[in-house]
Amino acid sequence: MQIHDLEKIFEEKIEREIKIESKDWMPDAYRKTNVRQISQHAHSEIVGMLPEGNWISRAPSLKRKVILIAKVQDEAGHGLYLYSAAETLGTSREQMIEDLLSGKAKYSSIFNYPTLTWADMGAVGWLVDGAAILNQVMLCRTSYGPYARAMVRICKEESFHQRQGFESLLVLSKGTPEQKAMCQDAINRWWWPSLMMFGPKDAESTNSDQSMKWKIKRKTNDELRQQFVNMAVEQVKLLGMTLPDPDLKFNEVTSQYDFGEIHWDEFWAVVKGNGPCNKQRLEARNKAHEEGKWVREAALAYAKKQQARISVKVA
Amino acid sequence: MLTDSQKKNLLIDFVLFLADTNLILGQRNAEWCAHGPILEQDIAITNISLDLIGQSRNFYQYAAKLLNENAGASQLPHNDLTEDSLAYLRTEREFKNLLITELPKQDWAHTVLRQLLYSLYSQSLYNRLLNGHDVQLSAIAEKALKEVAYHIKWSSEWVIRLGDGTDESHERMLIALQALWPYTGEFFIAATYETSITDYNVIQQEWSEKLTPILIQATLEVPQNVFMQKGGKQGIHTEHMGFILADLQYLQRTYPGAEW
Repeated sequence: MQIHDLEKIFEEKIEREIKIESKDWMPDAYRKTNVRQISQHAHSEIVGMLPEGNWISRAPSLKRKVILIAKVQDEAGHGLYLYSAAETLGTSREQMIEDLLSGKAKYSSIFNYPTLTWADMGAVGWLVDGAAILNQVMLCRTSYGPYARAMVRICKEESFHQRQGFESLLVLSKGTPEQKAMCQDAINRWWWPSLMMFGPKDAESTNSDQSMKWKIKRKTNDELRQQFVNMAVEQVKLLGMTLPDPDLKFNEVTSQYDFGEIHWDEFWAVVKGNGPCNKQRLEARNKAHEEGKWVREAALAYAKKQQARISVKVA
Repeated sequence: MLTDSQKKNLLIDFVLFLADTNLILGQRNAEWCAHGPILEQDIAITNISLDLIGQSRNFYQYAAKLLNENAGASQLPHNDLTEDSLAYLRTEREFKNLLITELPKQDWAHTVLRQLLYSLYSQSLYNRLLNGHDVQLSAIAEKALKEVAYHIKWSSEWVIRLGDGTDESHERMLIALQALWPYTGEFFIAATYETSITDYNVIQQEWSEKLTPILIQATLEVPQNVFMQKGGKQGIHTEHMGFILADLQYLQRTYPGAEW
């Protein structure tokens, strides 16, 4: 079959909402875009374990400790599903991890911010997971089959995490004056970075157009960001807290909430590696990988010995 | 003869020993979360940590219930103890956990070997509780034993894999074995509050019989003539203990009386 015909079949599938599967022909650029996006997503899950893992030893009650450990563990599980989904496109997990550790691959910039108080665990759950979910719900309908199916599983757990985060803030918001202050402070620090999670404005987003055409994405960065603002404005009222934006107000014409200008300088600084924790996050991942090397080698050596022993017995 | 009230106090101490031991090991194992040698094993050790903390919560809740009954009977003002007040507001000298649980996690060899040494012991201990007179302890043990069986399977596989893996992993297992062995002696010395455990010599024998074939398969030898450390069961800890509690109890201590 000619490339032209294959391309036509591919385009038709996209048009008719038929999922693309790993063995199907696909344009190189489609494959590359998916590998890039899915592996970035996987890396974000793995690096995202660090800021929350930071509070496991200090969680303020046994119940909170168990919830937090289970949450960080779920993220490891999400990382696994996503690496597997990306591997169906022909790139190995080892290669993807190599790219993360060398700094070549990106992950969500939000995890380059530090978790400074216990309230950050709630704020991360509510705002960061909340922002991630909007993106992920959209991705449940993405055109690449293995990615879409991984997202369906992930979304269920993420929405659970977001509720737990909000509930934990709710307790603080009804607590002592110190707890209330801690809650507001965490919201203040996480609000703007959460808005940045949706990426650059549509006018400046380089990858968006083609991804929309291929139905990898189905909503633009700005659409998702607006949806998030509308949602958060209502939820923050339940906490009796405020969002740190004096320009936030309801627009009668659009029926949406207008919001202030995002500090794009900060966004690009963090993307380029100059966020408060970029260095520490990569160091932590590299350290775990280096220190785990002898363990992985031993497991491999033992498996080979076992294999040899079985062959000898069979012979 | 002990009075009923004395018997109850001994039971409370025994339950706290079980609670503290599982909590501190769970706390140590959780240090691997996000830092494991490979993603699948990060998940596995975190799971074990969750099981251990879960077991500790069952024991703390039972201890709190017993303590509150005591307080109620003597009309003391404090009859509102919870799992959290027991885990977060007791001091180093009040904690009764085994010394082995508080040692730093070190490398994967130390971690998997400690898990095996402890889980083999707790399996025998829980079997006694399962068949004992205390209905509550029996129920907790029944649930925990299913988890412990998995912990033994997982940790014994790793001990064998590392012992019989590469030269480096074998060497690391030897170091871990030397470091941890002196902390296994106190498993089998009954504290005054362990009135329901009357056959520690049998438990020790069971433990050795389960452990030895695993070590042999791992091409490791059982250490001989090692001086044994003790004190954990009586609240005489290592220097690590204060730091563990400083971390664990930080928020409860900084904001007394707050709800989380």
